[in-house]
Amino acid sequence: MIDFEFHSPNTLDEALELLDRHGDDARVMAGGTALVMMMKQRLAQPGHVIGLRKVSGLDAISQVSNGDAGGVRIGALCTQRQVETDPTVAEVAPLVSYAFSRVATPRIRNMGTIGGGLVHGDPNQDPPPALIALGASAVLSSTGGQRVAPVEDLFLDYFETDVQPGEILTSVLVPPAPVGSGAVYLKFLPRTADDYATVSVAAIVTPGEGNTCNDLKLVLGASGVTPIRAKAAEDLLRGQPLSDENIRACAAAVKDEVDPLDDFRGSADYKRDMAEVFARRAIEQALSAARGG
Amino acid sequence: MDQSIQFRVNGVDHQLQVPARRLLVDCLRYDLGLTGTKEGCSVGVCGACTVLIDGRMIASCITLAVAADGADITTIEGLAEEGQLHPVQQAFIDHGGFQCGICTPGQVLAAKSLLDINPDPTENDIREWMMGNLCRCTGYYGILESVKNAARAVQETAQ
Repeated sequence: MIDFEFHSPNTLDEALELLDRHGDDARVMAGGTALVMMMKQRLAQPGHVIGLRKVSGLDAISQVSNGDAGGVRIGALCTQRQVETDPTVAEVAPLVSYAFSRVATPRIRNMGTIGGGLVHGDPNQDPPPALIALGASAVLSSTGGQRVAPVEDLFLDYFETDVQPGEILTSVLVPPAPVGSGAVYLKFLPRTADDYATVSVAAIVTPGEGNTCNDLKLVLGASGVTPIRAKAAEDLLRGQPLSDENIRACAAAVKDEVDPLDDFRGSADYKRDMAEVFARRAIEQALSAARGG
Repeated sequence: MDQSIQFRVNGVDHQLQVPARRLLVDCLRYDLGLTGTKEGCSVGVCGACTVLIDGRMIASCITLAVAADGADITTIEGLAEEGQLHPVQQAFIDHGGFQCGICTPGQVLAAKSLLDINPDPTENDIREWMMGNLCRCTGYYGILESVKNAARAVQETAQ
């Protein structure tokens, strides 16, 4: 393992100052599941590691009342297990509870955090599709202040995010799913139960009058260099009758929006085919959930 | 550069000087001589290096010792009390919960941390919880049987 200096600030301000002082030579560590492994493999070689474990105030989960919108605010240092088992998250955003319950193993979920996972920028993770489908946003703090960015806009490229130098992701805001909608997260796991997905899909369907699709959110994981929102496919179904034919056409359009990587979880062609299959199943199951089934 | 840390392991306070790159598994094994904790895959997948931090199971092979500063750590050496094996340890002996034994400390600690929060798990609860503890001897049925019986034993003790 590489040598480095470890800092353990007690407040967010101290952490942000350390980050400013050490700039590119510093990496921020939350649960450490990703960063420690990257340092072991020398994919990351920071001279300074800023551990956030002792920073107080970043591991709370609270319901927010934002007019009628509501939602839940999740502190960046909440472990994946904490998010999975929290009653407020389960009430406001059960899709998020479920997506977190699919991450790796209980031991890893005791360590990895919601914030650390997002800034890691790995396109194969489970939480991003669910968070993006719900329209969640991330709060990024720096010594200059705070900004709020949609989680959808965080991911720029393979393991590359929009988190700027000097910024620490401090919380995630998750709005509830639309009234009357059905939401599902499907994870295709042909190998082992603790693996990353071969493809994954989060779908939120809001049926309207008659059998019309009022709204659809369709987001795929493990299907390209970032999580992918299949906007063209969404547009095909939005405002149209939720017929088998239209759902199939929508799912087929997903194939043109994904750009999977060949790896030991499947060839790019196979993943593209599976993206269609799992998108169709996700829409069907979300629709069934919306109808109370 | 060495950094000063302190933590409690199995009820004993320790103060140590370690390089920041020291992994918790190495710190436990080489600095403290607690070799019950094993290193298997070194990437947080196999569960052999499982220890409990503040009661929750973690992978000590991807945890920096400096990041455990101030923690309350339990290793396999800390389970037996006054020569009396923990019910999970006894159940693993009675129900064939191990073969070669290298995964056993991790299996036992994982099972203990499950029973601490869920004293009456279903078979599925146990399977889901223990999925991250691999047994290369493939002795999973014996492990499942051991955890089920440990749960019964823990409940009987509690009554």
